[in-house]
Amino acid sequence: MLSRVADSLYWMSRYLERAENTARQLDVTMSLMLDPGGASAEIRWQRLAAALGKPAGMEWNGDLDAMARTLVFDHLNHAAVTFCLNGARENARQVREEISSEQWQRLNRLYHQIHSPHTQAQFRSSINDVLASLLDGIHLFKGVSDTTMIHGQGWQFIRLGRYMERAYASATLLEVYQPDLFHPQEREHSGYHYLEMVGLLRCCTSFEAYCQVYTADLSSDRILEFLLLNRDFPHAIRYCVDCIRDAIDNIQRTGGRRLPEELTAVIGRLHAMLGYTTIGEILAGDPAVFLHTIREHCMRVHDLVYRYYVHYSIQSALAV
Amino acid sequence: MSAGPSEELDSLYGDYPLDQAFDEMRTADGEVRPHYRALAETLARLPENELQRRKQSADLSFLTQGITFTVYGRDEGTERIFPYDLIPRLITAQEWDRIERGLTQRITALNLFLRDVYSDAKILNDRVVPRELVYSCKHYRRQMRGLQVPRNVYIAVMGSDLLRLNTGEFVVLEDNLRVPSGVSYMLTNRRVMKRTFPQLFHSYGVQPIEHYPQMLLTTLRSLAPEGRPEPNIVLLTPGVFNSAYFEHTYLARQMGIDLVEGRDLVTHDNVVYMRTTGGLKRVDVIYRRVDDDFSDPLVFRADSALGCTGLFNAYRAGNVTVTNAFGTGLADDKAVYAYVPDMIRYYLNEDAILPNVKTYLLGEEMERRHVLANLDKLVVKAVGESGGYGMLIGPHSTARQREEFARQIEANPRNYIAQPTLDFSRAPCLIGDRLEPRHVDLRPYILFGDKVNIVPGGLTRVALEKGSLVVNSSQGGGSKDTWVLEQ
Repeated sequence: MLSRVADSLYWMSRYLERAENTARQLDVTMSLMLDPGGASAEIRWQRLAAALGKPAGMEWNGDLDAMARTLVFDHLNHAAVTFCLNGARENARQVREEISSEQWQRLNRLYHQIHSPHTQAQFRSSINDVLASLLDGIHLFKGVSDTTMIHGQGWQFIRLGRYMERAYASATLLEVYQPDLFHPQEREHSGYHYLEMVGLLRCCTSFEAYCQVYTADLSSDRILEFLLLNRDFPHAIRYCVDCIRDAIDNIQRTGGRRLPEELTAVIGRLHAMLGYTTIGEILAGDPAVFLHTIREHCMRVHDLVYRYYVHYSIQSALAV
Repeated sequence: MSAGPSEELDSLYGDYPLDQAFDEMRTADGEVRPHYRALAETLARLPENELQRRKQSADLSFLTQGITFTVYGRDEGTERIFPYDLIPRLITAQEWDRIERGLTQRITALNLFLRDVYSDAKILNDRVVPRELVYSCKHYRRQMRGLQVPRNVYIAVMGSDLLRLNTGEFVVLEDNLRVPSGVSYMLTNRRVMKRTFPQLFHSYGVQPIEHYPQMLLTTLRSLAPEGRPEPNIVLLTPGVFNSAYFEHTYLARQMGIDLVEGRDLVTHDNVVYMRTTGGLKRVDVIYRRVDDDFSDPLVFRADSALGCTGLFNAYRAGNVTVTNAFGTGLADDKAVYAYVPDMIRYYLNEDAILPNVKTYLLGEEMERRHVLANLDKLVVKAVGESGGYGMLIGPHSTARQREEFARQIEANPRNYIAQPTLDFSRAPCLIGDRLEPRHVDLRPYILFGDKVNIVPGGLTRVALEKGSLVVNSSQGGGSKDTWVLEQ
């Protein structure tokens, strides 16, 4: 597969995952704000901004509607849904011949949907409906990707992009939420603390899955354990890392270059951190440091994949 | 025809003048031509608004398929669908047979001409084509002199523009030998039409065109360098900002080959490689959709980054086939065009089956004087341009424009030719909710590998503006599906 094509597929996928993440977190935050007793709207908004990586243009200005609108429709703000969908489509357009017509048409519909005046008008009356329908569109795209595309190298790059983005975003989210989770404000009523915990789970679409594993008995330790270490839930970081490892193995198997030891080592370390550590050990240390290390390792994997498959020097390739 | 349907038919027509121009659907006295009758009756029988409904559903299909072109100027490009018309253009099997023979003859002669000019130049020595015309052509590439081209095929893909005159006869207006585009519209128009008028399509017995990509692939494979039995074939595109990018991706996907940009390619020891996730992979055949000028900064324009450095040397060494070959633009120079019938006679000893349009060469004193005196009646074109640029349409021009062209002609007569303003044929088009006639041309696509292959039909381009004679998509033209009938 052409390196440029692999790069575009990877970024198409990352941008879509990012769009989904923004849309879902915004949705959850807006609905948390309906209960005024908990944290103030400003604190919630700032937490959202931090969880999205503090992009420029998300500073609190008191006008919640306008800020939400920016986060959905702005095409310059790097976390905004529109910016991400534009990026996904632009990348897809450059590899139009590699993806299936169904994928392309799905993505195109999403693009035209978010740019239509109708959606903008609807946003005024119901933010939830707009976000829900965008999320639906993104889910449909993923479904279509899995069912209409050959699961070869291109698909593995799509998968790699999706789980890289998700692992990184989830680690950021947990890092941001983590202080509130373990040190709730004293005055905080337990009902509000419960809402906060549900909010965190819903940011990862994991409330129902959590209940199936642990019942509705929410506790900070278990939430952290579930979102970090569960090996069967697709939004848990461990699951993401397993998929990253598997995708890279498959890329190599389907004709990619042989993995450099550096890359094997980072992935192996990530895998060991999440696969062979208990939540008790993590909590005994500093969970914030643990999460930060995971993020750093993810970035390293990204850099190495890029350097090795996409932007390698010709000398290194001729020597083989 | 009985009174019933023709009354219904009348309600379908808007302003439908029949004058000296050939109408594809109706004869001069208003009769519907026999092969158009089933179409006319079907249209007349459709319930009110049905045609509009089908048009909308076809529009939506184009939009979601992303068959759009981008209008730039704002932060985000505005996308429009490529304008097309829902009413098919019909061509009888007999008419097609003549076109097919004419085009086969033409590509054969043009190819022999290129081989000759770039080797012994016999046709120039025999003074059939003037030497100075060839050597002053801006698309002549002296780097191609004496270079052996695989199978001696210079032109693997040609798109010729045909017009039908008021006599009903098809003539060739020009040949496109560099990177003719539009074939993806031919293919997608057909797919949409099959969905829009399934019964009508079925009852007509239309010759299929869907195998074009496969034929193209076979053509490209037949041109692979010696000793490469499993050639790696790629399509080279200038990139996503090119207006034909949709077509490049479409063809690559339909052929199952990689779509590469210049930045994906590297040369080493006169071999072309592409960068893949598995390392460097050798490239054997390049279907080039990048102009000569931008293909290799070492040999052609040094400031271009669209091509691949060292490509021409690899080509000269015979390690990679690039097609169409470099320098084919020489033979679609609009002044060289005037000599194509002479080439056919010279190389094939035959008369041209498809005639040329009368062309005045402004390098000739007599002809220039005639043209300058009659600028308001003629069409003047720059010889090396395409896409409807650099053109003066006399009857539709202002005195200022004519003065401007006269000055340019005097300054550089070799750069221009003139042709009579042609009243070429019109076909019914859906304008609003009525049928009105608009001028159409026909661009068939001719493939030349180990033999000549032409899919029946081609792209019918439409001048959608009322009265307009310009069919180029860059200038407000659209297209419609072309049905070559079995009978």
